[in-house]
Amino acid sequence: MSQIPALIPTSLLLASLVALLVGLKSHRAAHLIALAGAVVAFVCSLLGLQAVIQGDGEAIRYAMGAWVPPIGIEFVLDSLAAYMVTLITFIGVMVLIYAPRSLAFETPGRQGMVYPSMTLVLAGLVGMCLTGDVFNLYVFLEIAALAAYALLAIGDRGAPVATLRYLLFGAVGGGFYLLGVAYLYFAAGTVNMADLSMRLPELMESQAVIVAAVLMVVGLGVKMALFPFHLWLPDVYTNAPSVSAGLIAPIMTKVSAYAIIRLFLDVFPPGFFTESLPIATTIGWVSAAGIVFGSVLAIAQHDYRRMLAYSSVGQLGYIGLGIGLANPLGMIGGLLHILNHALMKGLLFMIGGAVRLRFGTTKIPEYVGVGRAMPWTMVAFTVGVLAMVGIPPTAGFFSKWYLLLGAADAGAWIWFAVIIVSSLLSAIYFFRVVEMIYRDPETDSAVADHEPREAGEAPASMFWPITIMATAVMAVGIFNVLIVSALLERIVAPLGG
Amino acid sequence: MTADFLLSRYPYILIALLFGIGLYGMTVKRNLMKKVIGMTIFQTSIYLFFIQGATKQGATIPVLDPEMGSSPELYINPLPQVIVLTAIVVGVAITGVALSLILVLHRRYGTLDEVELLRRMRESA
Repeated sequence: MSQIPALIPTSLLLASLVALLVGLKSHRAAHLIALAGAVVAFVCSLLGLQAVIQGDGEAIRYAMGAWVPPIGIEFVLDSLAAYMVTLITFIGVMVLIYAPRSLAFETPGRQGMVYPSMTLVLAGLVGMCLTGDVFNLYVFLEIAALAAYALLAIGDRGAPVATLRYLLFGAVGGGFYLLGVAYLYFAAGTVNMADLSMRLPELMESQAVIVAAVLMVVGLGVKMALFPFHLWLPDVYTNAPSVSAGLIAPIMTKVSAYAIIRLFLDVFPPGFFTESLPIATTIGWVSAAGIVFGSVLAIAQHDYRRMLAYSSVGQLGYIGLGIGLANPLGMIGGLLHILNHALMKGLLFMIGGAVRLRFGTTKIPEYVGVGRAMPWTMVAFTVGVLAMVGIPPTAGFFSKWYLLLGAADAGAWIWFAVIIVSSLLSAIYFFRVVEMIYRDPETDSAVADHEPREAGEAPASMFWPITIMATAVMAVGIFNVLIVSALLERIVAPLGG
Repeated sequence: MTADFLLSRYPYILIALLFGIGLYGMTVKRNLMKKVIGMTIFQTSIYLFFIQGATKQGATIPVLDPEMGSSPELYINPLPQVIVLTAIVVGVAITGVALSLILVLHRRYGTLDEVELLRRMRESA
């Protein structure tokens, strides 16, 4: 049991290395190895999750190379890390099952290098969640980012330019974070998170610590695509292959949000983000602006992927709003939205890829007739849309519900209004797609029929991950009370009851 | 007074200058290659900040020398150096990926000027 925090990233790193070597010869073998690595990591995450819940939130600690922290780097599997890691590896397994058919269509001949990059992204992200060391977090952040650049750049014509812009933004974000680590180290003399949380309460007034907190949050904010640092995001998601977008859109930005939450709850002393300096409130306001901005721009988009990208800018704002509220209910809403949005966005990007495989288009006006050709996939799509809008009993409703409770609790009525208005806006842009899908060209002379390239539902390797994701969206909604009481309430305990 | 301030802080002032030059290059320059150069300068300023913060007058490399004794005053703290070494590796990897993307763009469009590149991209679409 005590080895689990190390096993999760190690199995993914190992799979990545072997898949890279094997991928030179056969991309099928590389796929199987990558999938095996992700499945092992997912099983380990589930075991870890179970152990953490049964141990009443007691963290499982693993000292890398048997160097005792704070000298060595430790990996910590606590409630928050277990929650994130299980989510990341689940999405990873789903996207890896989904990947081969979609890649064969969208990026033929280049699949061999995609699988090692995918496992490397996953390894970087789980490493970020598990590490108990703020500098090690930077290294995993950049591992994930570098592998993601490779995955995104193989997309459509505009992909290299969009990726280069993302890279420049990412380098600035990483640089700010690293500078923050430097200030923190010079002020407190350690980079171990547990050690920092012991030493920082004495340094609440230190200017170096305040500068460090601001730099780290700004750096992670750029990586998280927090408004107004979201500029890189729409072009990147629009040009990426469906598989890359399906892997990166759900989890990459969320893990940076996780890092902010981790700093807020466990590294800096309670109240530091709210009292010494209004960091949390600032995050909340820019998130509220991002929610409105993203939702409004999503309405104007004709490309399905670009619409989802702008919707992501808005949805990430909900997580930021949860941080900004800085009360237990709001934070539960934000954390729950990390899970919900990852499942919903992953589902919607995967469906986009399935439609692209059958119809060869990503333009919403050309989606006419999709509902007839792929009825079951479109049922899953409708589930995803209902969840995005936030209609019970889908997952999306409950995170918004907690956020609304949190906003009411804090008396933040403007944010309360923003959440409700943006739900209406997302109803507008998603129901527009639903309408296109279910239009019948035979009785409706206003639209031209769009013949599919191939008839029928998506192939089984794509159809089943979509179905499972749609089921998960429903299941997380129905069983959200279990998740909240077993995990999230314990995570937000530092905020007080 | 001012001279004292400058003499005691000049490394930090130079580092801040490099930081600003790097950010300026990344945001203002139109040529993608110059943006990447700006990114490298930006990253270097952060490495230098780490190193500067860890320097110690009159201390030596952190290998225990029985003749000198084990007083921490005599040895440089190795952790910031190790952190910077790791960060440099990360930075090199980022630069490598950036250069390979630039190579792809130059082969495809024959220019590295951002505005011109976007224009040619739109035309070919």
